[in-house]
Amino acid sequence: MSNSEFTTVAGINPAIPGRRTAARLAAGNSSTGLVNGFFEWFGSLGVFSWKVLRAGVTPPYEWRELIRQLDEVGSKSFPLVALAGAAIGVVISLEARYSLSRFGAKSMFPTTLVYSVIQVMGPIITGLIVSGRVGAGIGAELASMKVTEQIDAIEASAINPYRLLAATRILACILMLPLLTLAADAFGLLTGWFAQSLVEPLSFHQFIQSGFHGATFNAFLPPTFKTAVYGLIIGLIACFQGMRTRGGAEGVGRAATNSVVLGSLFLILADVVLVKFILVFFR
Amino acid sequence: MATAYDIAIKQAEPEQDGRASVVAVENLQKSFGSRKILNGISLSVRRGETLAVLGRSGTGKSVLLRLILGLETPDSGSVRIHGQNIAGLALDRLGEIRKKMGFLFQHAALYDSLTVAENVAFPLAHHRKDLSNSERGDRVKQLLAEVGMENDLAKMPSDISGGMQKRVGLARALALDPEILLLDEPTAGLDPISSGEIDELILKLQRERQMASIVVTHDLHSARTIANRLALLDQGNVVIEGKYEDLRQSEIELVKEFLKQQ
Repeated sequence: MSNSEFTTVAGINPAIPGRRTAARLAAGNSSTGLVNGFFEWFGSLGVFSWKVLRAGVTPPYEWRELIRQLDEVGSKSFPLVALAGAAIGVVISLEARYSLSRFGAKSMFPTTLVYSVIQVMGPIITGLIVSGRVGAGIGAELASMKVTEQIDAIEASAINPYRLLAATRILACILMLPLLTLAADAFGLLTGWFAQSLVEPLSFHQFIQSGFHGATFNAFLPPTFKTAVYGLIIGLIACFQGMRTRGGAEGVGRAATNSVVLGSLFLILADVVLVKFILVFFR
Repeated sequence: MATAYDIAIKQAEPEQDGRASVVAVENLQKSFGSRKILNGISLSVRRGETLAVLGRSGTGKSVLLRLILGLETPDSGSVRIHGQNIAGLALDRLGEIRKKMGFLFQHAALYDSLTVAENVAFPLAHHRKDLSNSERGDRVKQLLAEVGMENDLAKMPSDISGGMQKRVGLARALALDPEILLLDEPTAGLDPISSGEIDELILKLQRERQMASIVVTHDLHSARTIANRLALLDQGNVVIEGKYEDLRQSEIELVKEFLKQQ
């Protein structure tokens, strides 16, 4: 019996949406197939989420694996996130100086840079970078473990794979995203100020004072901590895609791709909701 | 505190000869989509007994083992471990029962990011918190010595041969002192010498540990060597079950054909 015919990890029906869809299209049943596939995917995600939640909140807790994942998600993403934040800071600095000069509002530069980086670009860039690096990594790692029966071996050793593999990775993403966002923000502000000061001398103290003038915690904390939701989305989608994989090397590649594509897509869609939520409740 | 497994053991009814069935599969059915894999199978194994499940590829042998371990859920029928039906149990409750079961996967399924020693230590680290690091290390060395792998502790799974991987997989399966050992094609893909060594190893373990074992294989020679009883599967049904002599004397065409091909 080939492994591809199995339906675990425990109860999730592995699906190959592309193939199923193709088969249904051939049968002249495309719209029904797409709708079914859509609901099937979300239904499976719901079941998976419930299993992870239930496993995650009940002992024994996998502290050692959580710490390993915090390092994997946090420390190892830091250089990439810092670099991306730095680049964004320079880009915003260049664009803002040009635009503000046209309207005679150069004095607004520090505020524009601070708000652009912390409220908009820092969180979303961090989310997308982590989705690419960590989402793909988790998706590929778990998929590879799935197709080589390593996840079954974990189950066979009487260890709950939802607790050991999924809950720890998802929690690590949730905890690390806000911290990485702070790092991206810091590097963005630093390089933005540096790029500006090369053209027009401005002390860092002055830049910070002017940029944060009149700012409240409500202006900066919600956009930073909303990235915990990004972390949930990235971790959940990647673990789900990885643990439902089938089909050998091709399946592993598909899981990694889907983890990034779906993770990034849902992250951007969630941002729409989160921005509106923040505007309604925190401004 | 008594676990579900312990309670089940107490409740299990001994059979007429005084030895209870450790594993009892009754009228087990399983399909994948429209394809029927198992069509109402009933088998049982007692302590100290080894049952070899034979059959061609794709007859549902591996699925049977996965059902017994709870990695798959049956469509109907029951899998009883010490009298406790495991179908529908939550993962953590199932885990209590799985602690008493060792499983050797067909391709060993070693954790490829861990060394040989770490692979064997993995179940111990999770379930034997009472052991200190040095005690755990000693236990790992002892288990690897049992399977003749004591000199390869620090090697990665990718650095050892298929036969060695199976030995390590066997050591990992034995880590929690299981009462039930499930072996999925233990000699598949191995050369005759390695196959013979694995068979010897299984026999030695059986003598020393008196586990209830189910071995899935299509290797009749290996099955004859290590099993007390044999069952031949075909198209999801048990065609015949008994000792090797029973199979040899059978008039069933399929049995004759199977024995002739071996």
